Amino acid sequence: MTPLDFEYLRKFLKDQSGLDLALDKQYLVESRLTPLARKAGLSGISDLVQKMKSGAGALSVDVVEAMTTNETFFFRDKTPFEHLRDTVIPALVQARAARRSLRIWCAAGSTGQEPYSIAMCLREYGAALAGWRTEIIATDLSNEVLEKSRAGLYSQFEVQRGLPIQLLIKYFKQVGELWQINADIRAMVQHRQLNLLQDFSHLGTFDVVFCRNVLIYFDQETKVRIFTRLAKRMESDGFLALGAAETVVGLTDVFKPHPDKRGLYRPNQVSAPPLVPGMLSARSAARA
Amino acid sequence: MKTCLVVDDSSVIRKVARRILEGFNFNIVEAEDGEKALDACKRELPDAVLLDWNMPVMDGYEFLRNLRRMPGGDQPKVVFCTTENDVAHIARALHAGANEYIMKPFDKDIVTAKFQEIGLI
Repeated sequence: MTPLDFEYLRKFLKDQSGLDLALDKQYLVESRLTPLARKAGLSGISDLVQKMKSGAGALSVDVVEAMTTNETFFFRDKTPFEHLRDTVIPALVQARAARRSLRIWCAAGSTGQEPYSIAMCLREYGAALAGWRTEIIATDLSNEVLEKSRAGLYSQFEVQRGLPIQLLIKYFKQVGELWQINADIRAMVQHRQLNLLQDFSHLGTFDVVFCRNVLIYFDQETKVRIFTRLAKRMESDGFLALGAAETVVGLTDVFKPHPDKRGLYRPNQVSAPPLVPGMLSARSAARA
Repeated sequence: MKTCLVVDDSSVIRKVARRILEGFNFNIVEAEDGEKALDACKRELPDAVLLDWNMPVMDGYEFLRNLRRMPGGDQPKVVFCTTENDVAHIARALHAGANEYIMKPFDKDIVTAKFQEIGLI
């Protein structure tokens, strides 16, 4: 790709989609548009640009789409947060009325979208939780993603994935081209580096555990061990939320599925097999 | 089949939006400015409007104010889709009756999420 090609694409994307590509983003253009060019039977990005200049409308649409694709989002899958709002919090507000505290663990907190979505849910719940002590512990294997989570700074793409616009203007402030979640919501979340394969008893006991889309990386035997250890860290009337493609069914009976809330599980009281230390973490394995 | 009126002075943006929304079985009607969009709404109210802000002839904000004053004009769900990416514009749009707000640039996931949010996907 020549500097002139890059300049043409920058201007085209700015004019057509508002995407403001920084001058150091050539690599992004290369990585996203080279496959597109090849798919269109072209030799590379220079050919693609020539084709666009000659008025290939469909190709221009493909270019806009390819350059505006991203990955992470708030309130991912939506349903777990509806369960949290409609089932979990109401049940725990009753069950914990005397102690007036809630502890929630995001076992794969990643860059913060999930713990902050939970924090916003709690805040939106309003008066029934006023004066309660609510703790959200976000853990992840990667310190890098935890740093991003702590900062609470998100791109325009990230805040538009799953986050209703009313919540954006209520809980975020604009910082240049980024959006930062407000300090009071950030303060609701504590961050800890953690490998799920290692002991996590020091985290204490939780009323709710979100452990979504992380166990899919583990083999069956390891999943069972983690479920067993998770169950020991949960109140007996607590709730476990798993990812849409995950289940305990057929693996273990330390949790039982909620009768009518898909993806939600309750602890069963069953004795646990021992922890096997020193195993490679699933995420490390996935990255390797 | 639900109808979405896509209002944008960029034909490329209209095509991108059409492609995404047709994937969810929307019937797409296009307009290149607010005035043409109002004409389309007078002929038949859509279920949703994907609405640019800055356009010649009549901008999206004026269109929305006019739409909401029309008989039945409170029915269509309106999703702004604009480069006006600041809190003041977002608040103004919501105050005028917008249901959701997309800050350009957008992609399929953002459009999908926003249309899920307004209950049309």
